[in-house]
Amino acid sequence: MAIAARKTKAGAPAKAAGKAPAKSAPKGAAKALSNVPTFTKEEELHAYREMLLIRRFEEKAGQMYGMGLIGGFCHLYIGQEAVVIGMQMASKDGDQVITGYRDHGHMLACGMESRGVMAELTGRRGGYSHGKGGSMHMFSREKNFYGGHGIVGAQVSLGAGLGFANWYRQDGRVSMAYFGDGAANQGQVYESFNMAQLWKLPVVFVIENNRYAMGTSVNRASAQTDFSKRGVSFGIPGEQVDGMDVRAVREAASRAIEHARSGKGPYILEMQTYRYRGHSMSDPAKYRSKDEVQRMREEHDPIEQVRGRLTREHKLGEDEFKAIDAKVREIVNDAAEFATHDPEPDASELYTDILLEPAQA
Amino acid sequence: MPIDILMPALSPTMEQGKLAKWLKAEGDKIKAGDIIAEIETDKATMEVEAVDEGVLAKILIADGTENVAVNTPIAVIAADGEDVSAAASGGAKAAPAPQAAEVPPPAEMPASPAPAAAASVPAQAKSYDASSEFPAGAEVVSMTVREALRDAMAEEMRRDADVFVMGEEVAEYQGAYKVTQGLLQEFGARRVIDTPITEHGFAGIGVGAALTGLRPIVEFMTFNFAMQAIDHIINSAAKTLYMSGGQMGCPIVFRGPNGAAARVGAQHSHDYAAWYSNVPGLKVVMPYSASDAKGLLKSAIRDPNPVIFLENEILYGRSFDVPKGDDFLIPIGKAKVVRPGSDVTIVSFGIGMTYALGAAEALAKEGIEAEVIDLRTIRPMDIETVIASVQKTNRCVAVEEGFPQSGVTAEIGMKIMEAAFDYLDAPVARVTGKDVPMPYAANLEKLALPNIGEVVAAAKAVCYRA
Repeated sequence: MAIAARKTKAGAPAKAAGKAPAKSAPKGAAKALSNVPTFTKEEELHAYREMLLIRRFEEKAGQMYGMGLIGGFCHLYIGQEAVVIGMQMASKDGDQVITGYRDHGHMLACGMESRGVMAELTGRRGGYSHGKGGSMHMFSREKNFYGGHGIVGAQVSLGAGLGFANWYRQDGRVSMAYFGDGAANQGQVYESFNMAQLWKLPVVFVIENNRYAMGTSVNRASAQTDFSKRGVSFGIPGEQVDGMDVRAVREAASRAIEHARSGKGPYILEMQTYRYRGHSMSDPAKYRSKDEVQRMREEHDPIEQVRGRLTREHKLGEDEFKAIDAKVREIVNDAAEFATHDPEPDASELYTDILLEPAQA
Repeated sequence: MPIDILMPALSPTMEQGKLAKWLKAEGDKIKAGDIIAEIETDKATMEVEAVDEGVLAKILIADGTENVAVNTPIAVIAADGEDVSAAASGGAKAAPAPQAAEVPPPAEMPASPAPAAAASVPAQAKSYDASSEFPAGAEVVSMTVREALRDAMAEEMRRDADVFVMGEEVAEYQGAYKVTQGLLQEFGARRVIDTPITEHGFAGIGVGAALTGLRPIVEFMTFNFAMQAIDHIINSAAKTLYMSGGQMGCPIVFRGPNGAAARVGAQHSHDYAAWYSNVPGLKVVMPYSASDAKGLLKSAIRDPNPVIFLENEILYGRSFDVPKGDDFLIPIGKAKVVRPGSDVTIVSFGIGMTYALGAAEALAKEGIEAEVIDLRTIRPMDIETVIASVQKTNRCVAVEEGFPQSGVTAEIGMKIMEAAFDYLDAPVARVTGKDVPMPYAANLEKLALPNIGEVVAAAKAVCYRA
């Protein structure tokens, strides 16, 4: 099983650089694998729908990029859907989410409208940032989504700051700061780990290890490739999670969020996941083999896993899947239609939203 | 092909003027460089040079015509060998007027609520009146800048439970420069937070907290150390409101000592006023007096935007009069005329004011009355108060401790040129820190900083006095 093999690789100590990794699975990984919880039919259906929406939305975004409707950078989340959906299934209303530039999936998972997200991708006035942010910069105070950040690793300190605000207000909320295996090597991540643990801030650090920081594999960039151990010197508990299995994600997320909410401080989850597409639209992904991608898709696809269980265990028929698919496609097509025809922002918007007017004292 | 001569603009702000006098008559031969006419505005007279050769075929706007709009054809030139009468009867191809060519007509300029200097300063600028800032009848006490800053924070923390202060040594140590003295005792450890030495991290945590609506005051032990954190100040704090389409404001104050202290070397002496003033989405405040420090810090804490509040270690111990009372506010973005004068305008901010005021005193002894303006806020810059002064004195010296290239004084000079070029009787002069990393040796450090003598010399130079 490729996931297990990868876990072994990831968990191996970095003592013999360049040599074949140890074969024995580390304890943490074995634990994460053996305790896969079960979902009810409703939970499976929910996860299936939500993940499928992200998948179809991202595929459509890819098409629209190719048609020239989306400009600049566009980083697709395809393959990683189980991470954010599993996390959201364990979170409560009011909990905050913040992430980096691969952010469309997180926004949809937070309940943001697909029309508003897609229209932001096309730079139109109906976009969440009225066309001023683009793919990497969208926010929704209503949905507690705090972006959408283009500076790799910045969201970790900002996310700790969201946790700080929860600690300051003592309002029982938890912040979830998502970042990748690439960002995990930034210095401010460890500054944030230190303060989060020092002050016992309610924040869950979700490291989405999709194995490549742009074109650099984790083995080429990280001295310690077991990212769940990155908080060890601060005493922050961490675990590796099969990020392709939404059930495992939710299970681990529940543990981590409960830990943070109860006042015990931060928690690290290394989500072992995989992106099918290139780093951004302009990336041909020559740093990995087609076989590797194909194997992940065939054997570990997060959506196919749920679909298989719904078929086998819950006897969902082809018609029911077709109905779900049709509904998701309708949402995505509507978003694309809206984002194609919504007007660009008015030229007068160039000089708005730079500063807020102070309230009259 | 006949060529239209268009009404030129004397300055970017000019929209119309008077065609005072034609110096050439119809039928005259014209060479490039010939003076063909004179035009006037209420500010100045300018000669119109021909850029093309030929014969002045027809004068379209007669001598003495008032209110001629910029870019209106005023005459037609027929090229050598062309039929003059045919050219005169029309069909001229418009050629850009010599001065107006580079300047887009005002209608095409974006409607900017931000102070795009030239566009926003009226012909006769109005000076901000700071005389009523001290409440009438308020009791005035002498206090140091350090105490004024502390009182500002304490008052605002009493007023609003969302205000807290974080930074290195702000709590138990009582502040590296004792600016936060007593705050821990009054407000407790949740609101006065000692951070580890980790500027990048705690600046990010402060910004994250501010995005949720809290109002952090983030103290840097010096702004030199904020270089570690500048990514969050610029990329996270300043830009998020715009990138979110106005949804996500960031009410945060970054404060601490800035610029040179005394013999602390190049890594502890940098003045960042120009750096932060370059960035849309930030406000940048740099007070000199204790009353301004207090009133402006209170305004900064109440402001819904990220504010960079630049203090100065040498000024912390200086005493000034400050009115008593919790409601004393100084508006951000307003300069103050601290000394009236008629001969030359000296504009500065922060510790630069010590040189400006010292020079004004020295100049007075030589019969030169300098008007001294304290900018107080670098961004948004109250250039109108400066312009109003320059319209009176016709001369300006700008003073700062920062480096010369792309400095705040460079910006002041440019803005004056854009908005009051016609009023200047001499080029704007500047006195700045020298273009070197700050040296340690006492004599070299003294040479690297501005001094009163340099300001006096610059003021005399623009007054053409030896």
